[in-house]
Amino acid sequence: MVSGILGKKLGMTQIFTTDGAVVPVTVLQAGPCVVVQRKTAAVDGYESAQIALVESRRMRHAGKPTLGHFKQAGVAPARFVREVPVEAGSEQTKPGDAVNVSMFSPKEKVNVVATSKGRGFAGLMKRHHFAGGAASHGSMFHRAPGSIGSSAWPSRVLKGVRAAGHMGVARVTVRNLEIVKIDAEENQIWVKGSIPGPNGGYLVIRKINK
Amino acid sequence: MNAFERATKVERRKEIAPFSPGDTVRVHVKIKEGEKERVQAFEGVVIGERNLGPSRTFTVRKISFGQGVERIFPFHSPTVEKVDLVRRGTVRRAKLYYLRGLRGKAARIREQIQNKK
Repeated sequence: MVSGILGKKLGMTQIFTTDGAVVPVTVLQAGPCVVVQRKTAAVDGYESAQIALVESRRMRHAGKPTLGHFKQAGVAPARFVREVPVEAGSEQTKPGDAVNVSMFSPKEKVNVVATSKGRGFAGLMKRHHFAGGAASHGSMFHRAPGSIGSSAWPSRVLKGVRAAGHMGVARVTVRNLEIVKIDAEENQIWVKGSIPGPNGGYLVIRKINK
Repeated sequence: MNAFERATKVERRKEIAPFSPGDTVRVHVKIKEGEKERVQAFEGVVIGERNLGPSRTFTVRKISFGQGVERIFPFHSPTVEKVDLVRRGTVRRAKLYYLRGLRGKAARIREQIQNKK
């Protein structure tokens, strides 16, 4: 069995439980996916499957190596391709196999891997939650870092001191999200809570190892 | 309509009378008291609505024993059992927050005149 599925974040909404409590949910498109390549312990040293997200939008600018790779599998070229682990010794998974939401069940917990929204070159109040200075009362210290080290020794800034810099566009895993609802017809999974990244962002939904 | 809009489309609630800000409504809310569940009515003026999607809410204001009370109801919550329209009001803005500063006669809202067809 393939232990994950690829998808897209569609957006957030809320649903009600029968006693009126509001549950914040993220609607995810999950699949349909197709297996492109099967990696085995014998050949590659580990067990996994490379799967691709099937989208209605045609992929127009695929390079020749990419096209060849998909042609070998007998699968249409896809934009979003990721590798997910496969349980060894389970049923045979081969290129061309479909992967869909049926591998998940409601109430199950999953991990979701997504790319966070880019924040550009962010200051350290935003990036590292530094407190900054007072905004008013004649304060001349607002969003600056303050001291970043000592003086004569070590005469330099130690490595790893938190500073301003690029923030976001990072791979973020959100763990133990509860599946609230599964819509097999629309290939959708609704999970409780939020997911990093913009609506329409690609993501991997993974089963949790027990 | 894209997949997300299709998935989060909300059904019309027939048990909720169509109302707009300025109207006086009676909201029937389910209340849980220990084991028992009963329905309580909250009657007042709708002073605002927010977000017309699944997270739609509306605010009802009433004067209870001389004290102004406001409740925000989630439109699609199962705890809101029914909403009756008591009186239609004529107002010129969407949010009637100015009512909070007014008392008694000044806080009245003119009733909407129904045109005969």
